[in-house]
Amino acid sequence: MELTREEESALKGEHGETMQMAYRILVATGEATDAEKLIPIEWTHLSGVNYNTIGDAGEEFLSSVSKDARVKVKTTLNPMGFDIDNVSNYGLDENFISKQLSIKNSYETMGVTPSFSCIPYEIFDIPKDGTQVAFAESNAAIHANSYDNLKTNKESAFSALASALTGKSPNSSLRKEETPNITINMKIKNPNELSYGMLGFFAGKVGDTSVNISGLSNMDNRQQKAMCGGMGTSGTCAKFIFGDGDSDCEKIDFDEKELQNVHDELNTAENGDIITLGSPQLGLEEITELSQKLKGRSFKKRCMVFTPRTVKVQMQKLGYTNELEKAGCEILSDCCTCLTPLINKDNVDAVTTNSIKGAFYLNNSNKVDVNLKPLSEIIEDETK
Amino acid sequence: MNKVLVAGKVNGTILKSKDSINFLGTVDKKTRIISDKNHDLYNKSLKDSILVFPSGVGSSVGAYTIYSIKSNDVAPLAMICKKADLTVATGCALANIPLITISEQEFSSLENGMKITLDTENSTPILH
Repeated sequence: MELTREEESALKGEHGETMQMAYRILVATGEATDAEKLIPIEWTHLSGVNYNTIGDAGEEFLSSVSKDARVKVKTTLNPMGFDIDNVSNYGLDENFISKQLSIKNSYETMGVTPSFSCIPYEIFDIPKDGTQVAFAESNAAIHANSYDNLKTNKESAFSALASALTGKSPNSSLRKEETPNITINMKIKNPNELSYGMLGFFAGKVGDTSVNISGLSNMDNRQQKAMCGGMGTSGTCAKFIFGDGDSDCEKIDFDEKELQNVHDELNTAENGDIITLGSPQLGLEEITELSQKLKGRSFKKRCMVFTPRTVKVQMQKLGYTNELEKAGCEILSDCCTCLTPLINKDNVDAVTTNSIKGAFYLNNSNKVDVNLKPLSEIIEDETK
Repeated sequence: MNKVLVAGKVNGTILKSKDSINFLGTVDKKTRIISDKNHDLYNKSLKDSILVFPSGVGSSVGAYTIYSIKSNDVAPLAMICKKADLTVATGCALANIPLITISEQEFSSLENGMKITLDTENSTPILH
C-alpha cells in the first residue's frame, strides 16, 4: 500500500505513539485487504466496549490511549455489559461495574458518541449512497454494505479505532466493485427470522468477502437483521449482493438439510429457563410489533429485551415500556444478549432465543445451552 | 498468496487447525484454551505455538482477545493463515505477533507438531 509523505511520517512515530499505532494497524489492514492507498471515511462505529469481552488488557489499553487520542470523524459505539439503570438487579460485582465505567469514560474522553448500540443503521441517519464508513460491529458492517448503500470493511475493533483516530481506512476490495464467486440460493419455504439467521450463518461459512444471494422473498426488518447477524458470526464475509450473480458463479443451495445442520450445531436444548430477544438489539419497529403481539398476554418465565437507549426513551414516551413490562419483559438498554455478563451457567442452564448470533456466543462464551425458536413460537409457547 | 502482515522471527512447534478460529468467545483470554466443542482444537492451548489455521472469523472484538492473550503472556509465538482477516491482522499488529499468509499448497504441507523457523525477512519465510 502506498502512503503519502505525511502518513509515512506518522507510521515512523513522528506524530506520537498513538498515531504510530493507528497507522501500523491501518497498514496491516491494507495488506490484508489488498488496498493500494488510504481513503477518507466519514463515520466509524467501534466495537470493543463490553468489559466481558475486552477484559483487563482492553480496559488498560483504552485508558492509556484515551490520554491523548481524539476521534477525527463521527464515531459511535457498540453495547457494553449492562444497563446502568437496572444493573443492581443483576448481581454484577463492583469490579465489573467500575471497569466497565472506566471503558465508557475512556471512549467518551476520546470524543466518541456513547450510543452503546449494535444497530447504528437503525438509530442514526444514513448518509448518502456510497459514503465510505468503517463499521466494526459485524452485523452492522454487513447491514451497511447490503442494505444501506454504504461502504465498509468488516472492520475489526482495532481497524475501526485506527480509522476513528485518523479519519482514514484502506481502499480495500469491498470499497470498490465486488464480484463474488458464489451464489447461494435460498430454498426454504415460508422462512421466518430464524431461517434467515441460519441462512446468514451458512453464508458466512461458505462465502469469502461477499456472496450473491437469490431466492429471497420480501423480508422484514427483523429477518434482514437476523441474516446479517448470522453471517457476521460465522465468517469473514461482509456483503450480500442480491441476485443470481454471473453464470460462472458456483451455485449452492440452502435447503432443509443445510438448515438442519446449522440447527443441530446451535440448538442444544429443548427448553430454556429464560428468554432473550435481541442480538442485534431491537429497534423501535420491532418493539412496536412486539408490544402488539403481547397484548393481553404475559410471559411465564423471565424475558430479557435488549434495545438501544434512544429507543428505550422513545418507547417510554409511546407507552410501550409499560405494556412490555406488564407482559413480564425486562427492558435493558446499552447492552445485548451477545456476550452479556448478565447470563451465566451459575443461574441459567438454557436460554430460549430467536437469535443465531446470540445462540453462538451463549453456547461458546457464556457456556449455557440454547433453545432456538422464532418469535412467533416463543410467544405461542412461553406466554399465557 | 504469500504476504507478511506483521514482521518477525521465531522458532517453534506448529499447532494446526483445519477449522477457522472465532477468537471472541471461543478462545479464553486468560487460559488461551479453545472452548468450542465443535472445533478442531477443542480444549487445546494456543500458548507458545506457531498457530496455523485457515483464517480468523466472526466478531470484530476478537482482535482484543488476541491483544489480551499476548498481555497475559499466553499467546501463540506467531500465526500463519491461508487468508488474512482483519480481526487477526490487527490483533497481531497491535500485539506484535508475527503473521503471514501462505498458499493452499504450503498450508497443506505444514503438519501438527512440526518444528519450524518463521522469519519474515527471509525470501522463504518458513524453514522446516
